[in-house]
Amino acid sequence: MPEEAPPEAKKTKKVRGTVVINLARCKGCGFCIAFCPPQVLEFAEDYNPQGYHPPRLTDPDGCTGCDLCGLYCPDFAIYGIMLKNGAPPSAAREKSDES
Amino acid sequence: MKADPIGVLTGTHFFDGDHACCEGALAAGCRFAAGYPITPSTEIVERFAQRAPLVGGMFLQMEDELAASIAIQGAVWAGAKAFTVTSGPGFSLMMEHIGFAAMTETPCVIVNVQRGGPSTGLPTLPGQADMMQARWGSHGDYELIALAPSSPQECFDLTIHAFNLAEQYRVPVLVMMDECVGHMTEKVVIPPASEIEVAPRRYTRLPRGEYVPFHAGPDGVPEMVRAGEGYRIHVTGMTHDEQGFPAPTVEAQQKLVQRLVEKIRRNAEAIVRYEETGVEDAEVVVVAYGITARVARRAVELARQQGVRAGLLRPVVVWPFPENRIAELARRVRAFVVAEMNLGQIALEVERCSAGNAPTVLVPHGGGAVHHPEEILEVILAQARTEEVLR
Amino acid sequence: MSAPVEAPLAANPVEAVLRSFRMPHIWCPGCGIGTTVNCFARALEQSKLNLDKVVVVSGIGCSGRVAGYLDLDSFHTTHGRAIPFATGMKIANPKLTVVVYSGDGDLVGIGGNHFIHAARRNLDLKVICINNFTYGMTGGQMGPTTPVSALSSTTPFGCFEPGFNLPHLAESAGAVYVARWTTYHVRQLAHTMGEMLRKNGFSFLEIISPCPTLYGQRNRLGDGLAMMKHFKQQSVLRHGAPTKEVGIELQGPIAVGKFVDIERPSFLDVMNEQLGRTLEAEYAGCVKDHVPD
Ligand SMILES: Cc1ncc(C[n+]2csc(CCOP(=O)(O)OP(=O)(O)O)c2C)c(N)n1
Ligand code: SF4
Ligand code: SF4
Ligand code: SF4
Repeated sequence: MPEEAPPEAKKTKKVRGTVVINLARCKGCGFCIAFCPPQVLEFAEDYNPQGYHPPRLTDPDGCTGCDLCGLYCPDFAIYGIMLKNGAPPSAAREKSDES
Repeated sequence: MKADPIGVLTGTHFFDGDHACCEGALAAGCRFAAGYPITPSTEIVERFAQRAPLVGGMFLQMEDELAASIAIQGAVWAGAKAFTVTSGPGFSLMMEHIGFAAMTETPCVIVNVQRGGPSTGLPTLPGQADMMQARWGSHGDYELIALAPSSPQECFDLTIHAFNLAEQYRVPVLVMMDECVGHMTEKVVIPPASEIEVAPRRYTRLPRGEYVPFHAGPDGVPEMVRAGEGYRIHVTGMTHDEQGFPAPTVEAQQKLVQRLVEKIRRNAEAIVRYEETGVEDAEVVVVAYGITARVARRAVELARQQGVRAGLLRPVVVWPFPENRIAELARRVRAFVVAEMNLGQIALEVERCSAGNAPTVLVPHGGGAVHHPEEILEVILAQARTEEVLR
Repeated sequence: MSAPVEAPLAANPVEAVLRSFRMPHIWCPGCGIGTTVNCFARALEQSKLNLDKVVVVSGIGCSGRVAGYLDLDSFHTTHGRAIPFATGMKIANPKLTVVVYSGDGDLVGIGGNHFIHAARRNLDLKVICINNFTYGMTGGQMGPTTPVSALSSTTPFGCFEPGFNLPHLAESAGAVYVARWTTYHVRQLAHTMGEMLRKNGFSFLEIISPCPTLYGQRNRLGDGLAMMKHFKQQSVLRHGAPTKEVGIELQGPIAVGKFVDIERPSFLDVMNEQLGRTLEAEYAGCVKDHVPD
């Protein structure tokens, strides 16, 4: 962010995001965890139905929603989204047809 | 549906079988050919290369026959009618893709102008020794259709028929010519487009969502779509379910392969086509196809002149084989004489179909030239003289 | 734990082109093939292409399974023959965007002849090659890309034949666009795939991808993640490098980047020009306009 940003922009916090995880699909390869730039993912203690430890977010405030995890995940089990004012993009919510 | 006049060279021509075959393909609506040069089939695609750009088609010379035999299938799934032509060694290279076409139910035509084999064999001389390869050459269980023209006129007519059968049953259809028929020049009459019946592709009318790509109708044949229309289909050479997705299970295999085979076997009576001359009262029936049928006809005439009731059965469609007709005749004829330019292929089929009711005698020929009528005549006469008790 | 998020899994960009009902896929944990699919999905999304007109053609192999998982018109052909199938399809309907997505053994082993001839023709095909240095599907045999001294099930004492330098092969044969990345380079992959979708002519992307189960294990390279980290370390960005120089040796540096991006008239352009010039008004155009409905 430029130093001389207008006051409104200064008020907005740095980019925030979160991840959506399909626990069942994960095969525990660890790509997402290793290559997350702010290092906010780790293996969960629990096993998923396939017998792998899926990732979990360690620091919800640290996730930028950059979606690198989504690009890396070979099992299409995780992706990142950017949050506007703490809520996921509305378009994403509308398309919900899977849990 | 009638032929598109743009591809139909209406008139009376003096063509060799290869050129007639090319015109048959164009009349049938074929607009894409891929091939790799090989004698004695090359003239077909040379003519196609010359003619196709004038009628909205094209010939693509591929790097080998493996490529040619699958390039046509890509063209078919894009919506074109397509064929490839080859001979002996090239036909061997195409086997995997005959199986792919059978498995994916891709309507296409493959012409084999047979020459002497095995291997490079006799590049410029005739043979009929690929008949069993045509039937069984690709691995696994499948059925297809094979035709055997015996004149340039038939090279024209049967090539159209081949395209029509391919569309109707969604199978690869083989046109099993031979070097003699391919290179002999005769009168070929090409009728007006309005008199040429052309089978359209069996496209579905169902929307995406309702359409099940490999769900067959009552005749065992599923409806088709082509790429780019929004159906988002999957086509695989693996054993697949009705949606088209790999299903490596015993059940899926049984269901699919059974249907692929049944769609031809159940409709065999409608597909089978043969021509008979003097068979009604015959005591000896000669079975011959392609160029050999013409020599055999002469032998039958000569036998008749000598008072022997001989007849000729010429399979026009060789696969599926006219097995019911052979079985029927076997119950009343003294013997079958099979003349073919190989060391015994269709003879085995006649023997199988006659089920021990009449003997089958082969008049073999190693290839490179046609039989002499006398060779066939001699065997006819010998069989006519055979005492009933000796049968 | 993080706060519950309402965003649906369906909003994962890959889902737009994934046959989700076919998940889980057959690929092993830590296999890189799925990663490349994410990149392809992003590239498609950004391309704004009408996906009904995008076709993917694969051969046989682990990589060849990509076609079956993508919700596009997809063709899983025979081993090595995806390119000639795609050739027939593109010529019969030039309006289709035809992507060939397959493995190294498939595309340049058994299919090598088709590969060089397609590049020579410069037909507009987008060829994506997953190079895992082995024949994965059949159990990790050596292939045309296996580096010298690497172990495989058919080179138990180390491979003793040199592998292909694929970018060099592609360029030499006539490809107008040649790039290489590893599965570590996900953003670059998506970007390159996007460029390929826009390029007219034979374009080629080699993706170095981990096969931890076979190649990795046999050569003691660790799991998929270890192999990915290795790619990260060993990659050297060399945009525009002479392709002669980008061959790969066992555990050696991996040159990545866009090596070739030139203009050369595509097959269909040359064909139409040639036939149009010689036949003039008689030239009836290409196949597609005459495909009956
Ligand atoms: C004609 C033929 N020969 C051999 C095979 C067996 N086969 C299947 S996949 C494969 C190798 C695939 O290797 P590659 O293209 O590198 O893909 P990967 O599995 O490594 O992704 C082979 C040899 C086959 N299916 N067809
Ligand atoms: S979206 Fe980016 S920051 Fe968030 S977990 Fe994924 S990789 Fe890390
Ligand atoms: S990248 Fe995907 S499969 Fe691998 S650990 Fe993360 S969520 Fe699981
Ligand atoms: S065998 Fe290798 S290439 Fe095949 S899915 Fe497993 S890791 Fe991937």
